[in-house]
Amino acid sequence: MKKIEAIVQPFKLEEVKEALKGIGISGMTVTEVRGHGRQKGHKEVYRGQEYNVDLLPKVKLELVIPSGRLEEVLGTLSRAARTGKIGDGKIFVYEVAEAIRIRNDDRGEAAL
Amino acid sequence: MKRPLFLLLSLLLLSAAAGAEPPSMESRLAALDSAVRSAQSAGDNAWMLVSAALVLMMTGPGLALFYGGLVRKKNVLGTMMHSFILMAVVTVLWALVGYSLTFGEGSAVLGDLRYALLNGVGTAPNADYAPTIPQQTFMVYQLMFAIITPALISGAFAERMKFSAMLLFTGLWTLLVYFPMAHMVWGKGGLLSAFLGGKIPCLDFAGGTVVHITSGVSALVCALYLGKRKGYQSEPMKPHNLVLSVIGACLLWVGWFGFNAGSALAASGLASSAFVATHFAAAAATLGWLAAEWIRNGKPSVLGGVSGCVAGLVAITPASGFVKPMPALLIGLAAGVVCFLMVTAVKARFGYDDSLDAFGVHGAGGTLGAMLTGVFATSAVNDSLKNAAGQPLALGLIEGNGRQVANQVVGVVIAWLLAIVGTIVILKICDLVFGVRVDPEHEIEGLDLSMHGEEGYNFES
Repeated sequence: MKKIEAIVQPFKLEEVKEALKGIGISGMTVTEVRGHGRQKGHKEVYRGQEYNVDLLPKVKLELVIPSGRLEEVLGTLSRAARTGKIGDGKIFVYEVAEAIRIRNDDRGEAAL
Repeated sequence: MKRPLFLLLSLLLLSAAAGAEPPSMESRLAALDSAVRSAQSAGDNAWMLVSAALVLMMTGPGLALFYGGLVRKKNVLGTMMHSFILMAVVTVLWALVGYSLTFGEGSAVLGDLRYALLNGVGTAPNADYAPTIPQQTFMVYQLMFAIITPALISGAFAERMKFSAMLLFTGLWTLLVYFPMAHMVWGKGGLLSAFLGGKIPCLDFAGGTVVHITSGVSALVCALYLGKRKGYQSEPMKPHNLVLSVIGACLLWVGWFGFNAGSALAASGLASSAFVATHFAAAAATLGWLAAEWIRNGKPSVLGGVSGCVAGLVAITPASGFVKPMPALLIGLAAGVVCFLMVTAVKARFGYDDSLDAFGVHGAGGTLGAMLTGVFATSAVNDSLKNAAGQPLALGLIEGNGRQVANQVVGVVIAWLLAIVGTIVILKICDLVFGVRVDPEHEIEGLDLSMHGEEGYNFES
C-alpha cells in the first residue's frame, strides 16, 4: 500500500476530489496548511506597518491506496491539480506498513 | 352687536349656574404654556435618553470590537474586557462621587460633593446645565462620556497590561484626570467653561479636550512607561480580525451622533447642526486618510478607511455644535490626513508602541480639532453666548474673534499637562501596588489565558 500526500492550490480542491471520485477513490483526509516552494508571497500593510507574507494557504490531501493503482492515481491527481503556473504544489509518496478499519478490524488492502 | 354678546353672557351665566366653570383666558394660556413645555421636555428627554444609549454603545460593543479586532487572537478577550469592564467600574464611581465632582459647583478645578450618592438628582431639571430634561437624564448621559474616555486609553497598553493594575489605573485616572478636566470645561464655575462663568472660556462642544486629548495623551504616556510589546517590529503583529474592527468603527460612527448631537442637550436645531457636522467630518476624514494612504502606499486599506473615519469624528467633537457643514468637511479632511501621518510617519520615526494608535488618533485628532474649533466656530450656528445687551458674541476666527484660538490653546495645554502629570503619578502608584506590565510568559501566552483563563475562539469544539 502507498500513502499519497498531495499539496495543492485551495481553489483546485473540488476538481481534484471529483477527479479521484471518478476513478473510484473516495477516502481521503484534507487539511488546510500554509507553505511555499518557489512561489513568491505578498506584502500586507496595516497602518504603515509592512508584513511580508511568504507562507501561502494551500490544501493537503492524504490518501492511502493499493500499490497497484499508484500510477493511475498519481496521473489523475496531477492532471486535476495542474494550472501550469508556479505554486501548483507537490505530491509525495510513502510506503505504508499497515492499514486497519476501526469498525470491524479489516486489515491490509481490504481496509482501504 | 349687543344681541350676540347678550346671548354669550347668558350662556356663560347659565353654564356657571349649571356648575361648570368656564376657563379664563389666563388659565387657558397657562395650560397651553405648560403643555408646550411638557412636549418640548418630552422630545428633549426622548432624544437625550437615546443619545445616552448611543454613547454607551460606542464603548460596548463599538470600541470593544474596534480594538478587539486589531490585536492578536490571543488577546481579543482581554482587549474587549478593557472596554467592557469600564462600563461597570466607571458607573459605580460616577454614581458615588463622579457626577458631583464634575458638575457640582465647587472650585474652578473640581466640583464639590453636593450631589454625592446622587443626592438631589431626580426628575427635576438642573437649570444650569439642561433646563428641559430631568437631571437624571443629564447625569446618565454624562456618565457615558466618563465611561468611554478611559476605555480609549486601553489602545495604548493593549496586549501587555495587568488586569488588576488596569482596574486601579482607570479608577484613579477617572477620579484624578477626567473629573477635574470635565469640571473645568463643562462644570459650573469651571476654569475653562464657556457658558457657565469660566475665566478662560474654551469652546469644547462634546469633549475634544475632555475626552480625546486627555485620553490620547495619557495613552502616549502609558505606551512610553510600559514599553514596547515583546517582539514589536521584529515579529508580525497583524490585526487578527479586521471584520470586527470594521463593525466596531461603524458602531462608533453611528454612536457618535449621540456623542456630538446629544451634547446639544435638547432635540433642537443645534442638535441637527451638530449631527450634520459630525457626519460630514467622518466622511471627509475617511476620504482624506484613504487618499493619503493610496498615494503613499499604493493601496487604500480598509483599516485606513475606518481609522480615517474615527479620526474625523474625534476632530469634529469639540467643534460639532459650533461650525457650519462646509468647515466640518474641512476639519474632517485635515484630521484624516494629519492622523494618517501621525500613525505612520511620526510613530515609525519615534518608535513608540502606541499599539492601537490611541495617541495618533485621539491625542492628535483632538488637539487639531480643538484648535480648528477656535478658527471655525460661529454664532450663526450657536448663539448661546451673549453679551450684556443680549446679542450673540462672535465665537471664532472666521467671525473676527481672534482671541478664541488663544483660549483654545490654553485649554489644550491644560489637558496635555493634566494628562501627562496625572498619568505618570497614577502609573507609578499602580506599578508599586500591582506591577503594571504582565510577566513575559503571560504576555507570550496571551492575556485571554493568563488574565482571564479563557480563549476567544474555540472553533474545534
